[in-house]
Amino acid sequence: MSAHEDTTPVLRVVGLRKSYGGDQFALDGVDFDVYAGEVVAVLGPSGSGKSTLVRCIDQLESIQGGAMYLDGEMLGYERHRGYIRPLTDAEIAKQRRRMAMVFQQFNLFPHWTVLRNITEAPIKVHGVPVPEARKRAMDLLARVGLADKADSHPRQLSGGQQQRVAIARAVATQPRILLFDEPTSSLDPELVDEVLQVMKALAETGMTMIVVTHEMEFARDVADRCVFMADGVVIEDRPSDEFFRDPRSTRLQAFLKRATEARVREVGA
Amino acid sequence: MIDMTTQPIRNPNADRSADVATAHRRVRPWRVIVGILLAIITVQIIVFLVTNERFEWPVVGEYLFNPSVLMGLGMSTMLTIVGMVLGSILGTMLAAGQLSDFMPLRWACITFVGVFRGVPPLVQLIFWYNLAYLLPRLSLGVPFGPELLSWPTNDIITPLTAAIIGLSLHEAAYMAEIIRAGILSVDQGQRDAAAAMGFTRWHSFTRVVLPQAMRVIIPPTGSQVIALMKGTSLVSVIAMGDLLHSVQVIYNRTYEVVPMLIVAVIWYLVVVTLLTIVQRRVERYYSKGMSRSAVARRTVERVEESA
Repeated sequence: MSAHEDTTPVLRVVGLRKSYGGDQFALDGVDFDVYAGEVVAVLGPSGSGKSTLVRCIDQLESIQGGAMYLDGEMLGYERHRGYIRPLTDAEIAKQRRRMAMVFQQFNLFPHWTVLRNITEAPIKVHGVPVPEARKRAMDLLARVGLADKADSHPRQLSGGQQQRVAIARAVATQPRILLFDEPTSSLDPELVDEVLQVMKALAETGMTMIVVTHEMEFARDVADRCVFMADGVVIEDRPSDEFFRDPRSTRLQAFLKRATEARVREVGA
Repeated sequence: MIDMTTQPIRNPNADRSADVATAHRRVRPWRVIVGILLAIITVQIIVFLVTNERFEWPVVGEYLFNPSVLMGLGMSTMLTIVGMVLGSILGTMLAAGQLSDFMPLRWACITFVGVFRGVPPLVQLIFWYNLAYLLPRLSLGVPFGPELLSWPTNDIITPLTAAIIGLSLHEAAYMAEIIRAGILSVDQGQRDAAAAMGFTRWHSFTRVVLPQAMRVIIPPTGSQVIALMKGTSLVSVIAMGDLLHSVQVIYNRTYEVVPMLIVAVIWYLVVVTLLTIVQRRVERYYSKGMSRSAVARRTVERVEESA
């Protein structure tokens, strides 16, 4: 990580706290940085706050403490005469345009064709000329192996195909950072691989990515770094090979052991 | 072990003498009885309509296309369209306001809907018509300060404006509830996705949420238009020349009450039937992409059309 010391991280999260009301904190002081071109996998048991973390980064959830910076610019808030105050909705929308998100439930727009799902944001939000946006969308669809589905409606596609369209839609906005919120968790087992392949190819293009996932193999083989969360805090944050080879905390050791046993059961069956 | 010449497994010991493909239709006695009853009732109604001379069908025919009846029909249709357009616009704003996270706005909209949904439209019409009693002059100016412009209320509140205000506000309150239910039926993930792509709230509401809410909004709105069309008959009490008023004027002169009401009934049914056809078409338009079968059905229709 010493290579990064003189550069600004694409994303910096400092002391992030999130509560849904009450004194329980879903995120209770999260710190981590993501540098350009890095792929960071976020792992952890369910309820550890990892989905909440990416939703907070994309400002889909309010935050109650700490701060986040995209290319050094504070997310969701600004300094004003020595105080910190929230940005307007329009300013927040502008910040979101530099990020993109892939959801567990795909969340494609069902009333539009696949092509329009991909071109809407580039055309209406980023001002890309229509022919260019369409050409780029068709290129992306070809890259995710769905060039023949441009005129289909999302509900006519399988879950894996929908998620690949959702990835194309996210990439079409040319984001600084791409957030994945458990992208394969609602897919039938035989459809998981096609989505992971697309994500792997994307990682190889140098896209900066944060991937919340339960896919251990993907985290080990594709991610540069793995972050382990439990009870709303980051417990380990290390290069992937060390992370799996030499887990330091007992929580992570137990987590990896359970995951391995589950994998053995699956293969054995 | 992959067998490339896969054959389905068949049970060699099974009795294959029965095959439902050769089944006969079953006689259903209750259907026969109900069918006969319906046929008898239908014939009776037709005989009643044709042979009862008090319907005075020639009079119905004579007045069906009477210019003042057609004027009344035009007025009723115009009130329906204006009431629906103004009601839908105001209703959408009220629905958005009711779902706002700014509490005073939310409560203002909830109160408005509660009041105007609760007061019978007939009471409202008479109330607006008599507004001059409460407010002799209508004025524009600084609140609690100087007036800039003012008009006598009776110059502004004619039967027409009273009818439009009363029907639109009543309609807006109902549409607000219908649209609110439609908006709430759209999955939160859709709003998340729109927000994550950097859409403004307006873009998200008008392009993503409303078009999907339409599927839920259209069927009750169709009923609402029909109710409004019939509800325009209420304006006859404030001497508005609607369809009902126009036939009343005639039968007050000729005493042919029943045939004139039949004239009105025929026109109400014609308009309502046309509105129902329009509603079905709009429903089909907004079902786009909502289910695999709907898409498949449209594809089949397109293929059939082109064939």
